[in-house]
Amino acid sequence: MPWFVKACLLLLCITTLSVDAARDEYVFETEQQRRDFIELTQTLRCPMCQNQNIADSDAMIAHDMRRKVYQLITEGQTSEQVIDFMKVRYGDFVTYQPPVTKTTIWLWVIPFLVLLVGIYIILTRQPTKLSKTDEQAALAKAEALLKEDD
Amino acid sequence: MSKPIRFVLPLVFFIVLVFFLFQGLFSDPRARDAQTLEKPMPAFSLPDLMDPSITHTPAVFEGEVTLLNVWGVWCVTCKVELPYLTSLRENGVRIVGLYYDQDLDPDFGTKTLQRVQQEVLETTTQLGNPFQFNIFDVYRNTSLDLGVTGAPETLLIDPNGIIRVHHIGDVNERVWEQKFAALYNQLMQQQGASHAMVR
Repeated sequence: MPWFVKACLLLLCITTLSVDAARDEYVFETEQQRRDFIELTQTLRCPMCQNQNIADSDAMIAHDMRRKVYQLITEGQTSEQVIDFMKVRYGDFVTYQPPVTKTTIWLWVIPFLVLLVGIYIILTRQPTKLSKTDEQAALAKAEALLKEDD
Repeated sequence: MSKPIRFVLPLVFFIVLVFFLFQGLFSDPRARDAQTLEKPMPAFSLPDLMDPSITHTPAVFEGEVTLLNVWGVWCVTCKVELPYLTSLRENGVRIVGLYYDQDLDPDFGTKTLQRVQQEVLETTTQLGNPFQFNIFDVYRNTSLDLGVTGAPETLLIDPNGIIRVHHIGDVNERVWEQKFAALYNQLMQQQGASHAMVR
């Protein structure tokens, strides 16, 4: 089916073209600004859509945030300043890097606690010993079995 | 390790886990504390939606208790709350709209202002008009400064221009009762205005 292959190739061309078009929507003075923009839009989280960054999302708020990031970057602000700008408005939620606070500290502490508890359990574990009577009973049983075989 | 601890420790752990997960069933993953609370309105200078020759600044909130409703005709939930907001206005609540359009791309305008005005008029005539006036957030910059994630959102602004309540979602009787009524009535009393309690 050569027409099918052609259609697929055409579709591929169209999609790659549109991706390029989206990138070209914003024009930067320096290469550094362009890189900052791409990095920021990939690390800022869309407040409307739960698990998408603003580069990925098509929500209106993501469009607006991209435009704002572009504006701030071309004004010469650093990446940290842009992130702070967004944090002031949308809170810590807006970055994927959670800050260490009284609540979030547990995210780092709990794995180590679990590890420590595990080590403690392993170190203090006593190998299960058979008591004298148990041992004798087991021996008697074994001998009884042996006799049956004879 | 003694027997009781071996039994009790996992049980305690299990119970804590169950409570943690149970609580998660009723929590709204979209609920977030608004960052704008107890802060003054961000600076803005925006045209009136119906008469662009008028320019609004945060001064419009001075000296009055105001509900600022972020909305647009394209937003279905906003339409749902219009009748309730209108009933609030009839009870004397001052409501100002912060209007923003989503089809109107600021850089490649596809929709004329006349078209937007016409849509707003059609909607408010049909469902009720709770607004004293609408501020037109053309580039949606003020929405962004307010930490608005979508529409509708409603803010209670005190006479000093400080944001006291920031509610995401529609305002209905229950929400008004729970989040707005007490503070609103208190602010109105401080204003000294003789007003009937709005419930």
